[in-house]
Amino acid sequence: MTTWTFFNDHRDEIFGATLDHLTLVIIAMVIAILIGVPLGMLIVQRPTLRAIALGIASIFQTIPSLALFGFLIPIPFIGGIGKRTAIVALVLYALLPILRNTYVGLTGIDPAVLEAAQAMGMTRAQILFRVRFPLALAVILAGIRTATIITIGVATIAAAIGAGGLGTFIFRGVALVSDALILAGAIPAALLALLADFLLGLVERRLKVS
Amino acid sequence: MNTKPALSAMNTIEFRDVAFHINDIPARPIVSGISLAVSQGETLVLLGRSGSGKTTLLRLINGLLMPSQGEILVNGRSTAALDLIRLRRAIGYVIQEAGLFPHFTVAENVGLVPSLEKWDRCRTAVRVGELLTLVGLDPTEFADRHPRELSGGQRQRVGVARALAADPPILLMDEPFGALDPVTRAELQREFSALARRLGKTIVFVTHDLHEALLLATRIVLLQTGRIVASATPQEFLRLDHPEVRAFTASLAVTPGASA
Repeated sequence: MTTWTFFNDHRDEIFGATLDHLTLVIIAMVIAILIGVPLGMLIVQRPTLRAIALGIASIFQTIPSLALFGFLIPIPFIGGIGKRTAIVALVLYALLPILRNTYVGLTGIDPAVLEAAQAMGMTRAQILFRVRFPLALAVILAGIRTATIITIGVATIAAAIGAGGLGTFIFRGVALVSDALILAGAIPAALLALLADFLLGLVERRLKVS
Repeated sequence: MNTKPALSAMNTIEFRDVAFHINDIPARPIVSGISLAVSQGETLVLLGRSGSGKTTLLRLINGLLMPSQGEILVNGRSTAALDLIRLRRAIGYVIQEAGLFPHFTVAENVGLVPSLEKWDRCRTAVRVGELLTLVGLDPTEFADRHPRELSGGQRQRVGVARALAADPPILLMDEPFGALDPVTRAELQREFSALARRLGKTIVFVTHDLHEALLLATRIVLLQTGRIVASATPQEFLRLDHPEVRAFTASLAVTPGASA
């Protein structure tokens, strides 16, 4: 059976798995952004919290993804088999790029601009939301873009703990030594990553202020 | 050269035995023993080498820094007792690289303090137009540009317009023309000197350039390693017999065409 006929025969299955995959990624990314961006804003003024948060986020990033999924299974509430565990793991992976870029973006602003903002009588909240945040947006978005691409890749491994998605084809393909099955998972995953990269890159360029 | 005395004896800004040191290390103050009064309408130039403490004095006035010792009065009230946000909105501030907000247009930059003060849109727009004209920029051409689309001199003009937006009685300027090329700098100095006389603001101006000090000041205060070593009108200043004054006048002598 050629790869092409396999694709043709299992169109609906592949499409469904792609949707599952995308859902997994989107849920994980939304949660990671909701945690990462506010946390990044918080650690700008708090050096101790900054060291802890960036340290922990870096540690998660170093754990091999398959091992992280494995570690999470026995943990109550967030663990177990299925989508929930997979989302937790994906969030942990996505956190570092978002957190770090938010922090770097907010602190990498021309000191003269911040001094002027303060000297003109802007409150701390006004400086954060009207100056720091808009100027950091492109850098924050670059972090989100990186995190999204990582998450699309790592999410294929989520199939190992029964979370579904495109990884299902890949694992089955490895077990059955079928290139067609592996490609049925790998090609849509790669296309998703390229598409996400392209679209987020467009948004990022629009937000860039120089 | 401007020789007119201060219009009023009222002190707009007053330093009372002020010292400032970082992290409570009194052994190495940035400035110390500062007593200084700036009267209304005066253009006081703080002159000194890099690291002499002139920028620190400026930042003490609008509460960007708080004194470690002594107090600073603005319109008779100690900055320690004032709402710093309110104080800063009543004091214009211009810095060397202009510090314009790169994500705002020229009009948004100039209209920032009015917008913080919740002026209505129409009044702000009128004011922005007036100010751009005042600093020599055509509003129809410049209002919608972003700072990156301006030259250094134009940016600095916008910086001055922004500082003047809410018509503050006090203007603080930290080497505002320092980063400009000499020709543009001379142009802006001349225009600003005329503008300052017309506006009647109380101005505290920081520079390390004696030529600029002589051009703009009604009084020059010379700082050396965090202390005031001389205070005089521009004419008197050149005749003072202090080693640091002589060091500065010597710097003037090697600048061709510097006869103010």
